[in-house]
Amino acid sequence: MESKFYEKDKLLVLKVTSEIDDHSVQEIRRKADYEMERYMPKKVVFDFDSVTFMDSAGIGLVIGRYKFANMIGAKLGVSNLTGSVRRIFDMSGILKLIPTVELN
Amino acid sequence: MRQRKEGNMYNNEMKLEFISKSSNEAFARIAVAAFASQLDPTIEELADIKTAVSEAVTNSIIHGYDKKQGVVKISSWLKENEIIIEISDKGKGIENVEMAKEPLYTTKPNLERSGMGFTIMESFMDKMEVESVVGLGTKVTMSKVIKPKEDKDEDEFKMLMTNS
Ligand SMILES: Nc1ncnc2c1ncn2[C@@H]1O[C@H](COP(=O)(O)OP(=O)(O)O)[C@@H](O)[C@H]1O
Ligand SMILES: [Mg+2]
Repeated sequence: MESKFYEKDKLLVLKVTSEIDDHSVQEIRRKADYEMERYMPKKVVFDFDSVTFMDSAGIGLVIGRYKFANMIGAKLGVSNLTGSVRRIFDMSGILKLIPTVELN
Repeated sequence: MRQRKEGNMYNNEMKLEFISKSSNEAFARIAVAAFASQLDPTIEELADIKTAVSEAVTNSIIHGYDKKQGVVKISSWLKENEIIIEISDKGKGIENVEMAKEPLYTTKPNLERSGMGFTIMESFMDKMEVESVVGLGTKVTMSKVIKPKEDKDEDEFKMLMTNS
């Protein structure tokens, strides 16, 4: 996972660069929480652009980080959902709670 | 040569066994995807199969065996234009299968499980059946029809025609 913090907007972008399953998610979760605690952002965006595979572990990951972001007073969004990643997000219903945002 | 499985003819068969380590989840779905590729699936069909396998294998590892070590088995058959995949464990079994299949139902919310595994398997594959006996284990059987290439070309042609 690559992370980038934009000081001006207090925006933390977490770009997942591996497949997301029950095994890999542990490392992603650990890093994401570490970066959120370190920067204390106002906005956190999970970027799925480089994710070539995701199963339901990805939904658990996002819900968990949503709660964590709430705890530190940040808003969480997701970006670049395509293909079967998009279908899994749609099926889960969590996009009613978590907005999709455009990154530029 | 053609063989028989439960009265059905099939063209190819494979079996796979591995211990219940989460690092084997990727191995399992990639192996099944490689086997399925003989039916010439689209990228999307292959993604569906990989996701469904990943869900079933993960369930065997984290729910079936929990922290204990056990063996996960995968058998798969190819028919004319269909893949059948059976994933089984000798783990703790499921008390109420109907309830387990409900969307968002999970017995491990503390592990950030989403309860979407069975829902994904059901919607990404054509058929899914769960057999489970408490104390003995769980077997998930899924199948998916892979449309032959000519049909896909025809669909694409129709789409082009209706779009223009
Ligand atoms: N192989 C299995 N062995 C034992 N219990 C299982 C197995 N597969 C599924 N379950 C039970 O069914 C529930 C729902 O599974 P699933 O839809 O994949 O959601 P999740 O894995 O997120 O909990 C699990 O929480 C678990 O209680
Ligand atoms: Mg599951």
